[in-house]
Amino acid sequence: MAQGNNSIKKVLIVAFALCIVCSVIVSTAAVALRPAQQLNQELDRKTNILNVAKLYEPGMDVEEVFSEEITARVVDLDTGEYSEEHDPETYDSFEAARDPASGRTLSGDQDIAGLSRVENFATVYLIGGEEDPEQIVLPIRGQGLWGLMRGFLAVEGDGNTIVSITYYEHSETPGLGAEVNNPRWQAQWEGKKIYDEEGDLSPEIHLTKGGASDEYEVDALSGATLTSNGVTNMLQFWLSEEAFGPYLAKFRSGTEPEDAEETDTNFEDVEGA
Amino acid sequence: MADVNAKGVLTAPIFQNNPIALQILGICSALAVTTSMSVSLVMALAVIFVTAFSNLFVSLIRNHIPSSIRIIVQMTIIASLVIVVDQILKAYAYEMSKQLSVFVGLIITNCIVMGRAEGFAMSNTPGMSFLDGVGNGLGYGFVLMVVGFFRELLGAGSVFGITILQTVQNGGWYVPNGLLLLPPSAFFIIGLLIWVMRSVNPEQVEDNEFKMKENTKPKEAV
Repeated sequence: MAQGNNSIKKVLIVAFALCIVCSVIVSTAAVALRPAQQLNQELDRKTNILNVAKLYEPGMDVEEVFSEEITARVVDLDTGEYSEEHDPETYDSFEAARDPASGRTLSGDQDIAGLSRVENFATVYLIGGEEDPEQIVLPIRGQGLWGLMRGFLAVEGDGNTIVSITYYEHSETPGLGAEVNNPRWQAQWEGKKIYDEEGDLSPEIHLTKGGASDEYEVDALSGATLTSNGVTNMLQFWLSEEAFGPYLAKFRSGTEPEDAEETDTNFEDVEGA
Repeated sequence: MADVNAKGVLTAPIFQNNPIALQILGICSALAVTTSMSVSLVMALAVIFVTAFSNLFVSLIRNHIPSSIRIIVQMTIIASLVIVVDQILKAYAYEMSKQLSVFVGLIITNCIVMGRAEGFAMSNTPGMSFLDGVGNGLGYGFVLMVVGFFRELLGAGSVFGITILQTVQNGGWYVPNGLLLLPPSAFFIIGLLIWVMRSVNPEQVEDNEFKMKENTKPKEAV
């Protein structure tokens, strides 16, 4: 080892130079590869939408089937009407929730899913045409045990019967909470009902311990109480009047949501209220 | 390291001086990623890449690394390489990177990489260090592939995803052994592998470092 390597000056120079070189390499890799990664994530999201709608088969051309079968629309969560203001291709509801102009803060008792902020408009995916869709795929998200879980819920065209549920991003414990993506557990959801006969906007669907006994109940995940609570809470939130409740109500009552007129849209910033 | 020659540093770590089987390093990731052969293969390639290049870069600047911060310097180089590997996997092998999840990131803490940087690259020329990295990566990969082969074949009835033993679930005759898909089974396989390797090369068997005393009588314990 060369003499003088341990002088303070040398230590600082080596440490600094190394940091610069390494950070340049790492950031170059990250920036250069980002387009390819985003393409993959987009493909993964589309695969998940097809999957939750039970249209996915291994080896299929996801892009092609997606563009053929699925129509994306942006929904005004307040009124439940479609909005023409946002392009579903580019609208990012996750970003919108953070922006004071396009999202609102939830108060403590509203915020059962642990989101703290929610967007005013959300993207939904319709299968089988916009008029009278066979299935509606809704994006859902909420806190699990370890972090935010993001997924999709597919509902039949009656706005009440569940087709399936899937999570494409979560950090739950493998083998326990991560069983939300176990096909056998997911299969239980088919045919479950969201709302009861009363016709209000409060969802009945929930997870329960010790075996589901009626059509509003799904078996909780064993050994994963907090993940199960998270799933119940995010369904209760996203299907309530705070989110997709008004939109789904239109399907249940038989009146399809109409395209909102341009003049009809008003931004309400609840933060200021 | 008495005799350092290219062939030796490249091949010795595979059988004679295998990092997992002889040095018992890097067991943790060998348990986690060996449920299927394709995942094992990608993990092995990632580790070969990281050990080879971390050895190369550490060796290139070895005469300028102050000994007081040498571990953190090695760590920074390894971490940067691991992030690059992770980014490449996310861009070109997305499904695979989802399956490997945290284990690519955990290559940083893989003792083999660190051990080779500190033990070999700090005192050898860049070319040799690079080959040593490849060799040790191959040694790690070899064990991963063997463990992966048995776990996937007996646990899921397939090799590289191709069905060899038709399982009962798919209308065949083979009842898959679920234990082999769980991490502990890798302990058994690695243990058996070490037994085989030490039977072939008896010089690998270590001397007892300490002898167990006979059971202590209650009187002596006081």
